[in-house]
Amino acid sequence: MIHVENKDLVIPGQILADDEYYSGRGTFKENGKVCSSLLGRVSLRNKKIRVIPLKSKYVPKKGDVVIGKIKDVRFSMWDVDINSPYSGILPAFEVFGREKKELNKVYDVGDVLFLRVVDVDEIKKAKLGLKGRGMGKFKGGIIVDIAPTKVPRLIGKKGSMINMIKDKTKCKIVVGQNGLVWVKGNEDMEQLTREIIHLIEAEAHTSGLTNKIKNKLYLAIDGELPPEEVEETEEEFVLEKPKLQNFKEELEQEEKEAEEKAAAEEAEEAEESEEAEEAEEEKEKKEKPDIGEVIEEFKRKNKSKDGSLSYGDNSNNSFILNNK
Amino acid sequence: MQIVPEITRRSIENLVGNDKREDGRALDEYRDISIETNVISKAEGSARVKIGGTQVIVGIKPQLGSPFPDTPDLGVLMTNCEMLPMADPTFEPGPPSEDSIELARVVDRGIRESELVELDKLCVEEGKHVWMLFIDLHIIDNCGNLFDACELAVMAALKTTKLPVATIVDEEVVLSEDETFDLPINNELALCTFVKIGDKIVIDPTLSEESVASARLNVGVTKDGHICSMQKGGKEPLTKDDILFAVNLAVKKTKELIEHL
Amino acid sequence: MSDIIRDDGRKFDELRPIKIEAGVLERADGSAYLEVGGNKILVAVYGPRESYIRRLLEPNTGVIRCRYNMAPFSVDDRKRPGPDRRSSEISKITADALRPALMLENYPRSMIDIYIEVIEAEGGTRCAGITAASVALVDAGIPMKDIVVGCAAGKVYDEIVLDLSEKEDKEGQADVPIAMMPRTGEITLLQSDGDLTEEEFAKAIDLAMEGCRKVNEIQKEALMKKYSIE
Repeated sequence: MIHVENKDLVIPGQILADDEYYSGRGTFKENGKVCSSLLGRVSLRNKKIRVIPLKSKYVPKKGDVVIGKIKDVRFSMWDVDINSPYSGILPAFEVFGREKKELNKVYDVGDVLFLRVVDVDEIKKAKLGLKGRGMGKFKGGIIVDIAPTKVPRLIGKKGSMINMIKDKTKCKIVVGQNGLVWVKGNEDMEQLTREIIHLIEAEAHTSGLTNKIKNKLYLAIDGELPPEEVEETEEEFVLEKPKLQNFKEELEQEEKEAEEKAAAEEAEEAEESEEAEEAEEEKEKKEKPDIGEVIEEFKRKNKSKDGSLSYGDNSNNSFILNNK
Repeated sequence: MQIVPEITRRSIENLVGNDKREDGRALDEYRDISIETNVISKAEGSARVKIGGTQVIVGIKPQLGSPFPDTPDLGVLMTNCEMLPMADPTFEPGPPSEDSIELARVVDRGIRESELVELDKLCVEEGKHVWMLFIDLHIIDNCGNLFDACELAVMAALKTTKLPVATIVDEEVVLSEDETFDLPINNELALCTFVKIGDKIVIDPTLSEESVASARLNVGVTKDGHICSMQKGGKEPLTKDDILFAVNLAVKKTKELIEHL
Repeated sequence: MSDIIRDDGRKFDELRPIKIEAGVLERADGSAYLEVGGNKILVAVYGPRESYIRRLLEPNTGVIRCRYNMAPFSVDDRKRPGPDRRSSEISKITADALRPALMLENYPRSMIDIYIEVIEAEGGTRCAGITAASVALVDAGIPMKDIVVGCAAGKVYDEIVLDLSEKEDKEGQADVPIAMMPRTGEITLLQSDGDLTEEEFAKAIDLAMEGCRKVNEIQKEALMKKYSIE
């Protein structure tokens, strides 16, 4: 028995389903019931329930890319504020190996850097490094902060949202998984981008957001709405359309569009915290071999979508696409 | 202490240098202001003021007490301010900080020096019993420019304060249960706060503007355009021209602010 | 017994009018505003965040710290600002009442600060504070097993009644404030002062729990109202 539907808003302690469902992230099982532990939206796939939080503090994870601020310079490292309950350190050797240099001549207090989380120790302190494209100190631009849970929405499927903003505003944009965003471009465009980013944050849960943002961007920059808006979004959605639905080809065009839209929305949802999902899947597989098959299929289905993830392991550079 | 990112400092300075601000306001423009009065029924006067995201609540409680020996026939005003830890992640619980005391004193100075409260009418029995007004400011959300929000709140609350009628019967003070009188107020005042960013003067600073400002100036002006209190704050100096510019603007802006009361 | 009418016209099992709003402050990570009867309570939550008070931190989980504070103008006679013995005790039992619901294993060595400000007091502020604090914690995105809710029952003119007003608290014979986790019915705060027979106490606790469930519905509505899509 399930008591909620996909995308429902739920609150902590709310009973979501009975025993036959699996408890995913943002939920817990007690007395045979799956309950929510967060304020968030239900993500239901097969028999697994997750709750995607509306708000959450950033907790560093190995491999993440973050934007950090130097808050102190010490003997052989920098202390870095990474917008999290846990601070980061950038060891000197990550920057200049064995060479001896004066640290504050390189990065000083108040500098903002694009960094990678190299490791996280048992007390969650993050060791940071600079290996990767575009890593290092930002020069100029502005910093915008959003809820880290809204980062996937800002990026969009395959970076659709962020690329649209970059193209239209001609700003360089770098998104850290810790909810900090660096924007650099024309002064007015920087401010417009800030506004747009906050709008996306505020309306992350609404559907048709890409179009809405697009209209707003065009209206602000060109003073008129974009041409052929439906077509473009459709194309975007088609890519996400599961193959399984092809047998419905015969259906009326209108109906099809509606479905595509729904499928795309689902995919959008799926995008959020996909990485964690996979790790968890792995874990769960070990614990419950009997459902291995279900999960295998689940994973296979998701694989195609994985390629669209904006921060899979092989797509570091998707954050700085505009580095032309 | 919050460290301001260097690029944030740079971008705000550049914006202001081009007469622009992060929230799209002009340099001499206030954020949206809203004032509600009588928000606390247990207080004899109260108000809640919002300037943008900044929010303060003030409550006024009267108490009978002895006058100061040098002013035996005048009531007493006491202004206290709590910068609550709820208002800002950097505010700490505990006794009032220097900042909070400065804030309370600057707000108090405007009220006191403009003599808008007729303290002589707060005397119940000369030399023995006078009304003491406790003005308690509660800062609940700090998004910059607490000074102006606090002064507006105090002004709004004073204007709605009602005191019980006190009479002397057989050398004892007797308070009427149902009869009250309006706190006698003969003027209105507002505080205008400016900060200097680069070489520009900006009114009603946001938190991020405050964090990159080199200096601050509070100017208290009455309805009739008299300057009754000022305070310079911040690490760096101001020029005479900065000050005269700010004072001139404050006189104009005060009229606008008082309209909200 | 069910037909007694109280001073303020309420039935024995009737709550005072109550209103809760989630997410009312800009700076705080989570916040809530609550009015019940003449009480006005504002709560802000910060965290999980890094804390420099090392001795308070725990290696395997996050910790909470609570500060209950009454505004000087919240009561008839002005209260001196700052903590006193009463507010320190309430701060402690409030933290104890909320802690069992929190799931902070993912936030070791972090701290959550809960600031409860009583803007206006009219009896039952500790329960109101807990109720509002829970909403603010949810609003801050803190993982929790349940939304803790507080409510009191008591004995006034020999009758067991729900949610004592200030006047009833002063004139009454006993006050039993409780807090609970509604899903499981587990009690996380219990105080009792005054004179009660065993039977009366049992009745009071049942009534208070019933009150908690009603208040819990208002908590849920407040959160849904704030965050559902229009």
